[in-house]
Amino acid sequence: MGSESDFLVQFKNVQKSYDGVHLVVKDFNVDMVKGEFLTMLGPSGSGKTTCLMMLAGFETATNGQIILDGQSINNVAPHKRDIGMVFQNYALFPHMTVAENLAFPLRVRKMGQSEVTDKVNRALKMVRLDTFANRRPAQLSGGQQQRVAVARALVFEPKLVLMDEPLGALDKNLREEMQYEIKHIHEDLGVTMLYVTHDQVEALTMSDRIAVFDDGIVQQLASPQSLYEQPCNAFVANFIGENNRLMGKVLSVSGDTCSVELQGGGGTVQAKKVNVGQVGDATTLSLRPERVLVNPAQGSCANLVNATVEELIYHGDHTRTRVSISGSSDFIIKVPNTHNQQHMKKGEAIRIGWDTDDCRALDA
Amino acid sequence: MANTYSKVGEMTTNDGVPLKVSLRRSQRKLKLWAFLLVAPLLVFILVSFIIPVVNMTLRGVENPQVINIMPNVVAELENWQGTQLPDEAVYAALVTDLTMGRKNKNIGKVATRLNYERSGMRRVITGSARKASKLKEGPYKEQMIKINKAWADVGVWSLIKRESGAFTSSYMISAVDRKTNDAGEIVAKIEDKQIYVNLFGKTLLMSFSITIICIVLAFPIAYLLATLPLAKSNLLMILVLLPFWTSLLVRTTTWIVLLQSQGVVNDLLVWMHIIDEDGRLQMIYNQTGTIIAMTHILLPFMVLPLYSVMKTIPPSYMRAALSLGANPVTAFIKVYIPMTVSGIGAGSLLVFILSIGYYITPALVGGQSGLLISNMIAYHMQNSLNWGLAGALGFILLVIVMLFYALFNKVIGIDKMKMG
Ligand SMILES: Nc1ncnc2c1ncn2[C@@H]1O[C@H](COP(=O)(O)OP(=O)(O)O)[C@@H](O)[C@H]1O
Ligand SMILES: [Mg+2]
Repeated sequence: MGSESDFLVQFKNVQKSYDGVHLVVKDFNVDMVKGEFLTMLGPSGSGKTTCLMMLAGFETATNGQIILDGQSINNVAPHKRDIGMVFQNYALFPHMTVAENLAFPLRVRKMGQSEVTDKVNRALKMVRLDTFANRRPAQLSGGQQQRVAVARALVFEPKLVLMDEPLGALDKNLREEMQYEIKHIHEDLGVTMLYVTHDQVEALTMSDRIAVFDDGIVQQLASPQSLYEQPCNAFVANFIGENNRLMGKVLSVSGDTCSVELQGGGGTVQAKKVNVGQVGDATTLSLRPERVLVNPAQGSCANLVNATVEELIYHGDHTRTRVSISGSSDFIIKVPNTHNQQHMKKGEAIRIGWDTDDCRALDA
Repeated sequence: MANTYSKVGEMTTNDGVPLKVSLRRSQRKLKLWAFLLVAPLLVFILVSFIIPVVNMTLRGVENPQVINIMPNVVAELENWQGTQLPDEAVYAALVTDLTMGRKNKNIGKVATRLNYERSGMRRVITGSARKASKLKEGPYKEQMIKINKAWADVGVWSLIKRESGAFTSSYMISAVDRKTNDAGEIVAKIEDKQIYVNLFGKTLLMSFSITIICIVLAFPIAYLLATLPLAKSNLLMILVLLPFWTSLLVRTTTWIVLLQSQGVVNDLLVWMHIIDEDGRLQMIYNQTGTIIAMTHILLPFMVLPLYSVMKTIPPSYMRAALSLGANPVTAFIKVYIPMTVSGIGAGSLLVFILSIGYYITPALVGGQSGLLISNMIAYHMQNSLNWGLAGALGFILLVIVMLFYALFNKVIGIDKMKMG
């Protein structure tokens, strides 16, 4: 990932406690490369905002170091850090017009009038709000306010832009539109962005890399694709995308596969060994719903298990099928709506199968 | 559908009743209920507030004494030109009215009333009334002039004629330090009788100072209240509200104990050798006393609206300003303070208007120089019993308050204010 100097931001063993009793952030380590779009993804209350606030300088790290551009910033005042920030409530100054909001960071930098006008106009054009320059924030829609907030965080060309769940208050369509817009701005400007969200779809579509955050530590830091396809523990597998969990016990290990006896008497299956202990330990098998085959041809799958159809929900392009397998009844299969797919009925006994590589044996 | 439109543009219900009529009918009961609910308050405000205000204001222009008690003189003076002494008929009417007034024991009211306009008139009227009732027969002109030379003064007759209407402007004129001279022109009173305009000015100035001091003191308190953790801010809130829970008299007396020349503060200053024994500060029974005590009493009215506005400002605004590169002072001035303007406005309006009309505190700790216009109104209500002048002064005060309210409304907008 390059040498030390390529890193714009480094969190080194950062810990944070608000009350001196509980650690909100337990051991946070992330290196951000210049120009990358990194997302911190985690459930609500996992400490994402806290990390962002420490980076922006509004909270102090209880322990550890935060390094920005090669320098420790633990003792640098927030207004000297040169970090743009988009807040969840946008924090647009209500008594200023859109243009004045954008001019604010330039004015406090004592920039000349013509340069200010120039930059403000360019920023407004970038977010397609040139005609709204003289409106007050209250006279804008949620999406427009959001774009002003983004433009304001970018207009003074900061080293780094932080966004804390910036799309949380928007409705679904607008949110998707803004995801692409922010992504394109990132690509066009090449600015480094640290983005925080609890929405995994948002994280998957926008990011270069995602740090899945839970319980005060980074569970996995990887590209969207490897997060989805190669989760390294049960939390990540569950948090990213839809996932089927099967509990079991490791019977034997050979190379990078292991055989696992399913809990509930479903038999023994082969799984890819990712994050398991020794023989005899409990394990969680993780299986994506779209990788499960229904009644596969004999011999085409390494694993075959008996199941009973519990529920069928028609989704147009696929049918979500809930089956019970090995004693648990919340196993989901996505059956694509293709020509040769036979119809199942509720209560029907079927056989389902999967490749060993698609079934990952993770921590229990 | 056919009967939904009876005429072009007029909607009807399915029964053919015009929609507006139907709507009104359905809302009538609701409106009646709403009215009944507010009726007690309405009656209360009417009885306790609007009627007294109207009544006092009317007293500022009513003039019943001369016209009711001296009806004959008033009738005879109708055609008097005002250039020479009136003729015998008027003097005869004067004797009749004075005799009548003395018999009915109400001539004193006329005497007092005319004395407001021209000092010495009380004695003229009561003395003449006593002697006039002993006169047997006319012609009266000579005899009245003999009783009191004032009856040979055209000015006295002009005064009586001027005040013979049922309404008068003389209280209002007097309330702005003017008077009507014998020629009927409105002129300034002599220097040492000009008190009210100065007093209005001083009242406004002191209210303004108190408002400014309240803003300066309340801002940090409100900021702390809005930002401290709940437990601490609750404690602080109790301290802020404490003045509301103790009697006004107790609070004011405490200031006397603290500030008087042999009081705690002076003792402390002397003990610390900041001032010496002869240099004890006069901090009470003057303007300083009034300002200190009133600021203390009115401070919560500034803190509460400010607090309620600050409470709604999330920390992210200041943080946004900082992250955009503004130093904390700039961020505070450019971002935070403008967002509290509605609170400052509401608090200032409350404090300013309350202090313009404040009465008890200045009366207790104001001495002579710390008195406000309300104390003068109270004086005319209770001591001089010149209710007409009190009414006129009160009316002017009301107009000033309304003007300031309108000004505030124009500058800040009442609808944008948060009263707490
Ligand atoms: N100012 C604060 N004081 C005390 N506790 C806080 C404060 N801010 C956040 N917390 C606690 O820290 C934890 C993490 O919060 P936060 O960083 O906001 O999580 P996230 O942004 O991932 O939802 C939560 O349990 C929250 O209650
Ligand atoms: Mg958060």
